[in-house]
Amino acid sequence: MNILVCISKSPDTTSKIAFTEGNSKFDENGVQYIVNPYDEWYALVRALELKETIGGNVTIITVGNAGDEAIIRKALAIGADNAVRIDAEPTDAYFVATQIAAYAKKNAFDLVLTGKETINYNGSQVGGMIAEHLELPYVSLASKLDVAGNVVTLEQEIVGGLQVVEVNTPVVVSCAKGMAEQRIPNMRGIMAARTKPLEVIAPESIELFTQYETYQLPDAKKACTMIDPANMESLVELLHNEAKVI
Amino acid sequence: MKTLVFINSNHFAAKASLEVITYAKKLGGEVVAVTYGSQEGADQLGAYGASKVLVDNSLTVADEQQITKLVASAVESTGATTVIFSHDLVAKAVAPRLSVKLKAGLISGAIALPETGNGFTCKVNVFSGKAFATVSVKTDIKIISLLPNSIQPENIGGSAVVESFNANVGASAIKVVSTKKPEGSIPLPEAELVVSAGRGLKGPENWGMVEELATALGAATACSRPVADIGWRPHHEHVGQTGVAIRPNLYIAAGISGAIQHLAGVNGSKVIVVINSDPEAPFFKAADYGVVGDAFDVLPKLTEAIKKFKNAN
Ligand SMILES: Cc1cc2nc3c(=O)[nH]c(=O)nc-3n(C[C@H](O)[C@H](O)[C@H](O)COP(=O)(O)OP(=O)(O)OC[C@H]3O[C@@H](n4cnc5c(N)ncnc54)[C@H](O)[C@@H]3O)c2cc1C
Ligand SMILES: Nc1ncnc2c1ncn2[C@@H]1O[C@H](COP(=O)(O)O)[C@@H](O)[C@H]1O
Repeated sequence: MNILVCISKSPDTTSKIAFTEGNSKFDENGVQYIVNPYDEWYALVRALELKETIGGNVTIITVGNAGDEAIIRKALAIGADNAVRIDAEPTDAYFVATQIAAYAKKNAFDLVLTGKETINYNGSQVGGMIAEHLELPYVSLASKLDVAGNVVTLEQEIVGGLQVVEVNTPVVVSCAKGMAEQRIPNMRGIMAARTKPLEVIAPESIELFTQYETYQLPDAKKACTMIDPANMESLVELLHNEAKVI
Repeated sequence: MKTLVFINSNHFAAKASLEVITYAKKLGGEVVAVTYGSQEGADQLGAYGASKVLVDNSLTVADEQQITKLVASAVESTGATTVIFSHDLVAKAVAPRLSVKLKAGLISGAIALPETGNGFTCKVNVFSGKAFATVSVKTDIKIISLLPNSIQPENIGGSAVVESFNANVGASAIKVVSTKKPEGSIPLPEAELVVSAGRGLKGPENWGMVEELATALGAATACSRPVADIGWRPHHEHVGQTGVAIRPNLYIAAGISGAIQHLAGVNGSKVIVVINSDPEAPFFKAADYGVVGDAFDVLPKLTEAIKKFKNAN
């Protein structure tokens, strides 16, 4: 089984969110980058589990600058076989998906896995876009993934519930909670990662569809109004007359 | 200018559907809706601004690849220049596909109407609700996926023509083996009022208090991640960064500390009420109303007060 796992970086969840250059850029000062949790905990670990049971190869791919090699090495240390970095600023989801699809077209993958979403842009766009480029079925928000021969069985979140589906490879899947458990890389993995192949390729030049122009922080919350725990009538009164939500 | 709105199969009365029709109407120009399945009730969309509803009756179930073809074919036949989705699980798979198919820029998770004075820009949620971004679209056709609960549906009393529309989308590559849908409960992402509880409730046997408050309010129930992880509550109730992100009008949190990863899923709520025995709980910083007290004591009192209020109104 030949698996491609799409890895993006995201700021550590406790990072302070601030912007610079006239609010046009995310302020990276002091920000620690991690592998986007959905990509690492679910997509990558499930890919490794499949490889361990049925054999195959796990390639990770990222669209990013040379600075992103730290997160690539982390993913290699967890156990991916080889890595590809498309050397470009990931300006928007369409750009990222088009670059990854171009690479996937040249290499036959049975499974292309993405995370549910990046925790910085939360777009949930890249997986569906790759699938359309490759004209493949796409199963989004899968919480279970099993393979028997060329049939992939998945459990997926649907509006108000869950469904189990079957689809033949090749297929694109976005991975959510439940699919696997986080793995901590061990010393051997970290040593091995240093010498695993990392191919850097130039991006294809494509037209830009969207652009992030400016960022804005939400208005500071006004101080919390404290209510006497013995007087819930006053809370109900405020929710009705002041907040107007009931 | 024409705007095409995708409506999930047989969801003509759903609030999310009425929101996207209202949103499309506010863009100005003609609004056409496209859907599949039964056309029963499709004309109700007229009251919110759709002049026409295209229904592909040849499909009863459809996967996202088929829905993409359906919407693309409706764009072609209507000449629409803007396509609107409600940002739900179906749209999260269809809108990106459509973006590639039509070579149209996608704004995913919009929370406001676009600005068209200088180009075409729209505001979206980023960094798990901790910031907003303004995104511009450069392509001729624009796709917007609107976050639920970002606009109030407005009944303007029009009427819609319902037409059958066959997009010949072909067979599905995905076979549905089984589906599980909990009966009766309000789906969390659509709920306007949510009552949520965390580890402070001590055990699953104490959730009766939470459910009674939710029932009194007509609210959905939610929980923090550890509570779903230990199995006190079902996973679909887990809100936060790794769970469901919600933005109800009212979020009541009892016995939840307010960790940043929890806040990421709920900080879009219009009003937050926090009930916690620890006055130092971080959640109070994100709350509009706070009650320092024992949830076992406060929740039943609040339920009583709500019941009294409902009876009087
Ligand atoms: C990468 C990552 C992702 C995560 N994603 C999520 C997520 O999506 N959602 C999520 O919820 N968490 C998530 N977490 C976990 C999060 O960090 C917190 O650990 C979790 O939210 C805490 O849950 P809690 O508030 O229920 O429990 P606790 O932190 O144990 O808090 C219990 C609270 O109850 C109060 N309390 C105790 N007894 C009473 C009483 N009798 N009456 C009233 N109050 C009482 C306490 O004062 C305390 O504040 C994530 C963590 C990580 C690292
Ligand atoms: N720059 C990137 N390089 C590789 N994969 C990415 C990149 N950005 C996003 N992805 C993948 O696409 C998924 C969804 O991202 P998004 O559409 O931004 O929410 C992520 O979980 C990753 O698996």
